[in-house]
Parts: sequence; C-alpha cells; structure tokens
Amino acid sequence: MTATLTAPAPLVRNDPVAGTRTHASLTDGLRQTGAMAWRGLITMRRAPEQLFDVVVQPLLFTAMFAYIFGGAIAGDVAAYLPLLIPGILAQTALTACMATGVQLREDMDKGVMDRFTSLPIARWATVTGPMVADLVRYLVASVLTFTTGIAMGYRPAGGVGGVAASILLVIAAGWSMSWVFAWVGTIASSARGVQGISMMIMFPLTFLSNAFVPVDTLPGWLQAFVRFNPVSHVVTAVRDLANTGTVTSQVAIAVLGCAAVVAVFAPLTVHRFARRR
Amino acid sequence: MTTLLHDPPTRSTGTAPAVLVQDLVKNFGATRAVDHVNLEVTAGEIVGVLGPNGAGKTTTLRMLATLLSIDSGRAQIFGVDVAESPHVVRQLIGVTGQYASVDENLTATENLRLFGRLQGLSRHDARATATELLGRFGLEDAAGRPLRQFSGGMRRRLDLAASLISRPPLIFLDEPTTGLDPRTRGQMWDTIRTLVAEGATILLTTQYLDEADQLADRIAVIDHGRKVAEGTPDQLKAQVGSSTLILDLAEMDTEGRAAQIAGRVLGTTPFRSPEGRRLNVPVSDPGLVGDVLVALRQAAIEVTALQVTQPTLDEVFLALTGRDDEPATREEIR
Ligand SMILES: Nc1ncnc2c1ncn2[C@@H]1O[C@H](COP(=O)(O)OP(=O)(O)O)[C@@H](O)[C@H]1O
Ligand SMILES: [Mg+2]
Repeated sequence: MTATLTAPAPLVRNDPVAGTRTHASLTDGLRQTGAMAWRGLITMRRAPEQLFDVVVQPLLFTAMFAYIFGGAIAGDVAAYLPLLIPGILAQTALTACMATGVQLREDMDKGVMDRFTSLPIARWATVTGPMVADLVRYLVASVLTFTTGIAMGYRPAGGVGGVAASILLVIAAGWSMSWVFAWVGTIASSARGVQGISMMIMFPLTFLSNAFVPVDTLPGWLQAFVRFNPVSHVVTAVRDLANTGTVTSQVAIAVLGCAAVVAVFAPLTVHRFARRR
Repeated sequence: MTTLLHDPPTRSTGTAPAVLVQDLVKNFGATRAVDHVNLEVTAGEIVGVLGPNGAGKTTTLRMLATLLSIDSGRAQIFGVDVAESPHVVRQLIGVTGQYASVDENLTATENLRLFGRLQGLSRHDARATATELLGRFGLEDAAGRPLRQFSGGMRRRLDLAASLISRPPLIFLDEPTTGLDPRTRGQMWDTIRTLVAEGATILLTTQYLDEADQLADRIAVIDHGRKVAEGTPDQLKAQVGSSTLILDLAEMDTEGRAAQIAGRVLGTTPFRSPEGRRLNVPVSDPGLVGDVLVALRQAAIEVTALQVTQPTLDEVFLALTGRDDEPATREEIR
C-alpha cells in the first residue's frame, strides 16, 4: 500500500486530552502516600518540637505515676510497673494520634493544600501520607516508654518477642485511633477546635480505662464502662504480650476493634476531606 | 446516559477551546461572587480577566481549577467538563494561585521534588526537573534555603515553577504580579510571554490595566461578579468611545480659527492647551480627521504635528464599571 505512505496520519498528539486518565489508580495512590509521608518526615526533622508530646509524656508520666500510685495500688513501684507501662503506652499513643487531627486541620488551612487539590492525585493520599509519617511518632513513644520502665526496674516477662509484639500492637492501635481524630480534624472549623474536641474524647477514654488501676477497685457502674472501653482491651492485650508473651483473646479483640475503627472512620474522613469546599 | 456505567470524559477533537465557560455562578451565602460569567479561551491565547479587588476573579479561577464547586453553569477545559471529570482536568492545568501554594516547611527543591513525585515522576526525574526549573527561574542559589527567607518575587517564581512540572497545556495565573516591584514584575511578564511562545495557553487575572494591555490578546472585564466587557485591548478602547485628535500648530495666533474649523468639521468642542499651540479635539468619527486637515489647509493654517490617541485602559475601566477608585488603593485596604 504505497498510497498510505504519502498521506501521513493526523497528528493526534496535538490533542491535550489524549493519554489522560479518569482516576488515580490504587498504586498511584500508594506511591503518592509515600511522597506525602516523605514530606511529613522532613517536616518532623525540621521541627523536632512536634515530637515533644511523645518524648516527654512517657518519661514524665511513667516516673510520676510509678512513684505516686505505685505504693497505693500495687504495694511498691516495681510491682506496679507491669500494670503501669502498658497503660502509659496506650495513653501516649492516644495523645500522639490527637496530633494527627490537629495537623490535618492545620494542613487543610495551608496554601499548599490548594496545590495538592489541583494536582491529579488520589484525594486520600493527602490524608494517609501524614498518617504513615506519624507511625514514627508511635514508634518513638513506645520505645521510650519501655526504656523508661526498664530503667526503673521493669522486667517484662514476655521477653524481647513479647515486647516487640506489644509495640507493634500499640502502633497499630494508635494508627487506627488516629482516624477518629483525623475525622474530627475534617469536621471541626479550626485547629483549636480539633484540640478541644480531641481532649474531650481522649481523657475519658484513657482515664476511664484499666490503664492505671485494676478494674475491680472501681465502683460497679464505672466497671461496666471501663470493660467496654476499647482502650482497656488494648491495654490488657499489651499487658498479655509484654508480661506473659502470649497471644490471648484480648489481643484478637484489640486487633478486631482497631480494624473496626479504621473501617468506619477512614471512609468517613476521606469522604469529608474530599467534599470540603 | 443509560448505556455506560461510567461515561468516558468527552474527548476533545483538537478544536475544543482551552477554556469554555457558560453562565458560571458561585454564591457564598448571600453574596453572589460570580454572576453568569461566559468566557472562551482558544488554545495558544493569553486571556486576561481584569477587575478590581472582590470582582470575583479568584472565585472564577478556583472553580475552573477544580478547587471550588460550581453552583450553576458549565465549565470545560479542552472539551472536558470540570464538574464531571475533575481528575482529567487536573492533568491539563497548572495553577498559580493568588497566595503562594507551596509548603513553608520544605526547601524550594524539596517542594518541587514533592510535586514531581506526586505527579508520577521517578525519584531521579523529580530531582532533575526540580534542578532544571530552579535554574530556569533563577532560584538555584536559594534551592536549599528555607522558604521564610524568600522574597515575595522568589515565592511567586517558585509557585509558578511548581505549576509547570507536568508541562500543562493550560496555565491559570491569579494576579501573578500583585505586590511585586517593577523589575520583578517585568521579569514575570517575560516569563509569561516565554510560556506562550512555547505553546501554553494562559488565563490570568489582574487588577492592573497596563498588565492586561501588555500581556493579553483578549481581556474580559469583570466587576461585582459580572462580565461587563470583553475584547482585544484595542476593541475595548474603541468600545468606550472617541479617540482624541491632537494638533500642534506652527503659529500661535491661528489657534482660535483652527479650533473653530476643527470643531465645525468634527462636530465636537476642542480643548485649547495653556501654551496656546496645541489643540485637543475629541473625535467621534475617525473618518473625518482627513477633512479637518483639508479644511485647515484651505484656511492656510499650518500644522507641524498631529496624532490620534486612544483612551487609556484606565479611562476604559472607568467608563465600563462607573467607578473611579484606583486599583492600588483597593490593594492597600485588603
Ligand atoms: N470563601 C469565601 N467565603 C465567603 N465569601 C467569599 C469567599 N471567597 C470570596 N468571597 C467573596 O466573593 C467575592 C469575590 O471574591 P474574589 O473572587 O476573591 O475576588 P477577586 O479575586 O476578584 O478579588 C468577594 O465579595 C469576596 O468577599
Ligand atoms: Mg483574588
């Protein structure tokens, strides 16, 4: 067909729409999450004071609670530590995830959010990216809490494996709970508002749990709430892993609870986030 | 459409305009920020949206850039509907907002690398693109510096650089030179002209009449959310009305007679200048200017120079919007 050689095809590449895609794929979204996490890590390195809560709280609270309540609750400090350390861990993780919501809200008010929104990227990557970077915060919090405890005489019977497993569980729980606060971040109108609402969620959850005291010392009506509180399940699961090295049913309940929280709040958050304008 | 679960976005035939806006409306509560605006931008054009602060320029651009939902009306980018296929539209546009949209906590290089990675560049390509763009915008020396040390002009350039990473065919610039000193402003104008020479289409907003006059092939004037006029800079000036015939006379004592003759031929009232040798005559019909010269020659009045001037865009703007507050003072009270 020599005739076709003399008539070149029309230059379709002049069409700017050719080759565009209608959606960001899952792999695109995951890669974009990676890029956003990289941004979060750089920010953390530039402003290390962001890690203040996860550094100071474990050190201060472990020492304070151990010496103040140790004698009263467990007879002496050493006996209280196996009860206390998992409690502090859970509390620190919860505090750390409060920051997720505040940060998300602050991010949403920043000029750079316009840039992210105008780029052809998966909406959810803008939310998941910082949350992946936040895993570092939970790791710092967990390692510091255990280190402080061990320095004060805590000897976790679960061994290295048990401690590692309990750290993993705390990170997973913190990350899951941070979706609740991220959602608060998308519904509140200011970072200050997020802080306030988050406190109101966090204080009852940590203090009305078995984090610092054995449940049977509490009045009956309170026991019901404490036993229902998901934080109690996480604390018990962490105790089981760190102090006995066994994967108990409490661990399974904690993991399932985390999955449920993510299943509910991740779609809510991403939906709210994408619809805001 | 019942045949397809997901309609593919309308594919441009290559003839679709870069921007097509029909009856665009946006309300903020009781405020109608954009009021039935129509606009069309052909590929390769620079179109300027000119209007005072609060006219609705940013709101219009933000709707086109998928940053704000559209209340009613329609917007298409290269034939793709903005509300239906925002993800496709985002692949066709670069947006430089009125306020810097870069991350304050990252350096210039890190910002560009991040946006490159987000748009699918490999680590290596993202780094290379960042270096190339920083060089092109004269920011290579500041590449690793924190953004808070950046001047307003540097921030704008970084912002524009960030919009160019994916080489988008259409670029939105919201008040690209507001707040810049004259030299930086001139540099920005050169950059914008270069982008168009390279094949980009640009929709920019401005409060500066000279900027629209300098850069834009076509200008849409908006005020209170409404488009009040549209055309080339020259058409706009013509639309506002008469130009002015300026006559310089050889002899001072001929001025009175010259004014009489010119006034009679053109049917308007000439203004005499204080020094007595120059006449300003409003022109209703440019075709009559020749007749004035013929009549003056017949009366033996010698003319040393003549020019026909068009009104400045400031006068155009005043006539179109019926307001006389200076854009500069509006900027200050913002
Ligand atoms: N987010 C918003 N909420 C409420 N009113 C707004 C908002 N954005 C803009 N407006 C109002 O809409 C009008 C147009 O604003 P804008 O598009 O920013 O004008 P311009 O960019 O031309 O200065 C103004 O009256 C402004 O006050
Ligand atoms: Mg504006």
